[in-house]
Amino acid sequence: MSSVRQPERASHPDRPSPKKIIRAWQLYVLMALPFAYLIIFKYVPMYGAQIAFKNFIVTKGIWGSAWVGLDHFERFIHSYDFTRILGNTLLLSFYNLLAGFPFPILLALGLNYLRSRTYRKAVQMVTYAPHFISIVVIVGIVKELLDPRIGIVNKLLDFFGVAPINFMGEISMFSSIYVWSDVWQHAGFNCIIFIAALAAIDPALHEAAVVDGASKFRRMWHIDLPGIMPMAVILLILNTGHILDVGFEKVLLLQNPINLKASEIIDTYVYKVGLTAQVANYSYSTAIGLFKSVINLALLLAVNKLAQRTKQASLW
Amino acid sequence: MDIRFRNESFTDKLFTIVNAIFITVLFVSVLYPIIYIVSASFSDSQAVVSGEVWLWPVRPSLEGYTAVLDYKMVWTGFKNSVIYTIAGTAVNVLMTVLAAYPLSRKDFYGKNGFMFLFMFTTMFTGGLIPNYLLVRELHMLDTVWSMIIPTALTVWNVIIARTYFQMSIPDELLEAAQLDGCNDFQFVWKIVVRLSGPILAVITLYYAAANWNQYFNAMIYLKSQHMYPLQLVLKDILVKNDVDVAMLSGDPMDAARREALKTLLKYSLIVISTVPLLVVYPFVQKYLVKGVMIGSLKG
Repeated sequence: MSSVRQPERASHPDRPSPKKIIRAWQLYVLMALPFAYLIIFKYVPMYGAQIAFKNFIVTKGIWGSAWVGLDHFERFIHSYDFTRILGNTLLLSFYNLLAGFPFPILLALGLNYLRSRTYRKAVQMVTYAPHFISIVVIVGIVKELLDPRIGIVNKLLDFFGVAPINFMGEISMFSSIYVWSDVWQHAGFNCIIFIAALAAIDPALHEAAVVDGASKFRRMWHIDLPGIMPMAVILLILNTGHILDVGFEKVLLLQNPINLKASEIIDTYVYKVGLTAQVANYSYSTAIGLFKSVINLALLLAVNKLAQRTKQASLW
Repeated sequence: MDIRFRNESFTDKLFTIVNAIFITVLFVSVLYPIIYIVSASFSDSQAVVSGEVWLWPVRPSLEGYTAVLDYKMVWTGFKNSVIYTIAGTAVNVLMTVLAAYPLSRKDFYGKNGFMFLFMFTTMFTGGLIPNYLLVRELHMLDTVWSMIIPTALTVWNVIIARTYFQMSIPDELLEAAQLDGCNDFQFVWKIVVRLSGPILAVITLYYAAANWNQYFNAMIYLKSQHMYPLQLVLKDILVKNDVDVAMLSGDPMDAARREALKTLLKYSLIVISTVPLLVVYPFVQKYLVKGVMIGSLKG
């Protein structure tokens, strides 16, 4: 959080006089609507999250419901599903983080050494585009292409003499399907930031290296890679702060009764307990969500500290 | 980028070739599924299910698209999505500018406090159920408002817009305008907004894409089918494989043909539902890099 305050430090000495504040009243008018939105749609739910410590009964309202302390949390932690759900969440997250990390960097480095500008533009254009396809359509595409009977992937496998695989029906396949479709969709877009970092490298370094007879590969290894590494490390560190935030809207769509053992994660569980179960249990569901939110917050704060500690500019 | 093309050493030539192959492999693996889907959507339904389509359309036909045209749910969804996206994005952009401009001003007293309030919501949230209960309390369930108001603003975009305003609107401009008797409202509307075309284009694209692609809020907040956005209709068809056979045209033919048509319908739907964004995308693409860069700068 301290990074947020940093830029303001400079303006602190000339704290405005009340007169100045009043003169800038229109700024507060501008801020009024967004501020109201923030309070109502972000902070009121935080306040409402107290039902995690209560036995929320709709007719009694938030205040009327009885306190139960940490009962819901204990129930979750001791529940049969706990280890499996937490394990799935972490596995999916780390797998995604590791698989998603190298491709944008490799793509950016490769594009940088491509001779034809037109080809480079074409590759960029095509690889950025999937980023904007909706999750529903992505899952639709995945299911069509991986279909055991008519999907093109199995047709290709068949072409090479491999027996058809029922991808969506294999528990062990689930995490790979989730992760690699994500890489396919976002690697291009995520490389934008590295391309920009490469463009910021001082050309004099390359010129000097060429004079010294360095090959392209050595230049890439000794100039470009160190040039973008700080950015890569910061991004990696910051992403670990979201380790419990698996893209649950996608997981939810990829779920089926067969892969549920591998695909149930905290957020989908929250959704099911709270909104689709026969007897919706608002309090229990909120408690599980809160359990995640609190760990997330702690992780994010720790990770932000770490990012600053690495002495590179933190992202904000 | 290259300093010298000619007189390359052997290792450099090798590097160039290996690199070109590597990029081409990545390029093809992203491009191939897209080409396949588009080709399949324009093929004959039997050709698709029997696996004759590899790269180009086989026995080209518009069968799939005719099926989509006849599928009423899709068009209701399409219409709803257009409404939600236009209204939602307008609200999004307005709210973002309203929040970002004061935050970009040095003399906005209490800026730190507001900034903290904004940033904190990116790290901690009340969670699904409290949000749902709030929307219910506000009697927004199953209304168009539930598609627009709860997602009226994304903090990340506020930060991007704020950073852009800070960088591109010089203090002197504000001082000069103030000398001419321009107040803050006028300054935002007449100068800030007009000088910030690129960043407004980027956040409009981000918001529009988010609104168009959104399904989860619709799934939990909307009950009436006639209010479903396109993504929710797509979810039933593509993900749950829930095709209303009554809406498929033609004779109530044999099961095999119907199955084939169902598959073709899916491919055509994937293409149709993605087209609106792909039409806009090339125009905004050149601004994307700018948006990403600003987002990564420290504010």
